[in-house]
Amino acid sequence: MLLDVRDLRVEFRTRDGVAHAVNGVSYAVDAGETLAVLGESGSGKSVTAQAVMGILDTPPGRITGGQVLFQGRDLLTLKEEERRKVRGAGLAMIFQDALSALNPVLPVGDQLGEMFTVHRGMSKKEARVRAVELMDRVRIPAAAQRVRDYPHQFSGGMRQRIMIAMALALEPALIIADEPTTALDVTVQAQVMDLLAELRREYRMGLILITHDLGVVADVADRIAVMYAGRIVESAPVHDIYKAPAHPYTRGLLDSIPRLDHKGRELYAIKGLPPDLAAVPPGCAFHPRCPMARDVCRTDVPPLHAVADGRGSACHFWRECLRGDER
Amino acid sequence: MPEQPPYEPERAIAGTGMGGAMDLGASEAAGLEKAPGGPDGTGPRDKARSLWSDAWRDLRRNPVFLASALVILFLVFVSLWPSAIASGSPLSCDLAKAQDGSGPGAPFGYDGQGCNVYTRTVYGARTSVTVGVCATLGVALFGSVLGALAGYFGGVWDSVLSRLTDVFFAIPVVLGGLVLLSVVTSNTVWPVIGFMVLLGWPQLSRIARGSVITAKHHDYVQAARALGASDSRILLRHIAPNAVAPVIVVATIALGTYIALEATLSYLGVGLKPPSVSWGIDISAASPYIRNAPHALLWPSGALAVTVLAFIMLGDAVRDALDPKLR
Repeated sequence: MLLDVRDLRVEFRTRDGVAHAVNGVSYAVDAGETLAVLGESGSGKSVTAQAVMGILDTPPGRITGGQVLFQGRDLLTLKEEERRKVRGAGLAMIFQDALSALNPVLPVGDQLGEMFTVHRGMSKKEARVRAVELMDRVRIPAAAQRVRDYPHQFSGGMRQRIMIAMALALEPALIIADEPTTALDVTVQAQVMDLLAELRREYRMGLILITHDLGVVADVADRIAVMYAGRIVESAPVHDIYKAPAHPYTRGLLDSIPRLDHKGRELYAIKGLPPDLAAVPPGCAFHPRCPMARDVCRTDVPPLHAVADGRGSACHFWRECLRGDER
Repeated sequence: MPEQPPYEPERAIAGTGMGGAMDLGASEAAGLEKAPGGPDGTGPRDKARSLWSDAWRDLRRNPVFLASALVILFLVFVSLWPSAIASGSPLSCDLAKAQDGSGPGAPFGYDGQGCNVYTRTVYGARTSVTVGVCATLGVALFGSVLGALAGYFGGVWDSVLSRLTDVFFAIPVVLGGLVLLSVVTSNTVWPVIGFMVLLGWPQLSRIARGSVITAKHHDYVQAARALGASDSRILLRHIAPNAVAPVIVVATIALGTYIALEATLSYLGVGLKPPSVSWGIDISAASPYIRNAPHALLWPSGALAVTVLAFIMLGDAVRDALDPKLR
């Protein structure tokens, strides 16, 4: 296993109390595998990623438990100095908004080249050559001329390609992409996703794709982990989930995708709002919004039931859900 | 109608009836057509523009900047080579000429001690510029390093530093100067500069701390961390260039006030003392004779006013250039 996150817990201490952002999340990614982490805003998907990367702001954030095994080593117990060496070279991250994730006062070539001068001890000249190669690699036209340009001189899609190039620079074993296409328009989204998928295949990297866009997931992911209120509620190979979800939340997400054959009908929406993480409902956190909720859901937190091999659902009534019963 | 730009209706309307304006509109439209160049950077493009090159472009066109920069250049020249424009020593005085009006070699006349006011005013610039520049450098270095470290690392030291700055802010400058400098016997500029650094650093440290905290929360800092950059690299390469602008602005404006403060302290008799040459000393010496020999008071006061004004205007111009939002 390339990355094995076990029972990770993160909380934020705020003035209004303790917000439990991540409540025992476990997931694993193999080399060459793409895991999509799916969830609404505030479901804890980005916080999990930040904890794995070790870039969580502490305080206010705090990791209260769990393990992050990367290539067999628990990153959470490493010293900061050792951990820093893993970042960039072992695992890298792509951010949602490339404009704000690139330093506005440095030309992109300098930022790319920095990866090589700092981690690989190359000279500035060599680093510049490698930067141009990388920009070519992510198909930025006229890379040799554009290497001196500043981030604001690039279009949104091109900037995201530069972000990808920076993450790829040291050929990490795992890339975490935090909503890499959310800030882009639809036509460019597809190009960037294709590029990411292609590079992943080529470098045989593991990829964690954090998203709330089910459309993006279907094409590129191998497995899906659905998060709700800081927990994984369903985890399964991508095709199984699309065929028959085993958790009412997943079903709700799938039903709220606009479909051509539902033309004219009202678009389904999961009623209610995601819970306040400082006051998560008792029992199953989803029960106030769940169409299948019964008494037991209000009191007992459902464990992740093994639905099939490599498939889990944190619903007391996963069997009914899988069959498609709406009670 | 002569040749009309086909797709610029507004321009065409503006140009109707006026041959000259029409031509202008047409040529501008043609220019617009060419401007974007080839696809994505293959054609001729603007030179890359950073914050600093933008600011420099703004400054060069700003008459306030040009005027104040000229005055400051002249002042620097005068303080480096005062003998180039004034003959004789500021300390050779002839009581026989006391309070005389302008004469040969003394266009500004003579003061109460029979010293040449012109020569003394010219030599006084050196004191003012030395104190202003050294105090500003000291304050900027000391204050911004402390502030930046506190802002970046936060925690206990940040709190300690913040309270410490509060303490220093509570010390009245003139009273503090009277108390602290009255015990100093050395008659050089250094105690005065030291006093200004002692009382001035909290101002810069607050500014630096604030802008470092703002810059610290930008995505590109997290991105740099995610790619394995160390604290020192993040602080120096990613945060400092993005946080330094307010420090420069405040320091430039402060320079003018330090010059005024030196004159104030010298006027009160605790800054520089005779036989040092300083505008403050001359103003103080001439003020009892304002009715008999106003020229002895007016010239050093005028020089002081122009110098302080020049630095404050320069600071304003720099602020406008570095922070377009403030306009």
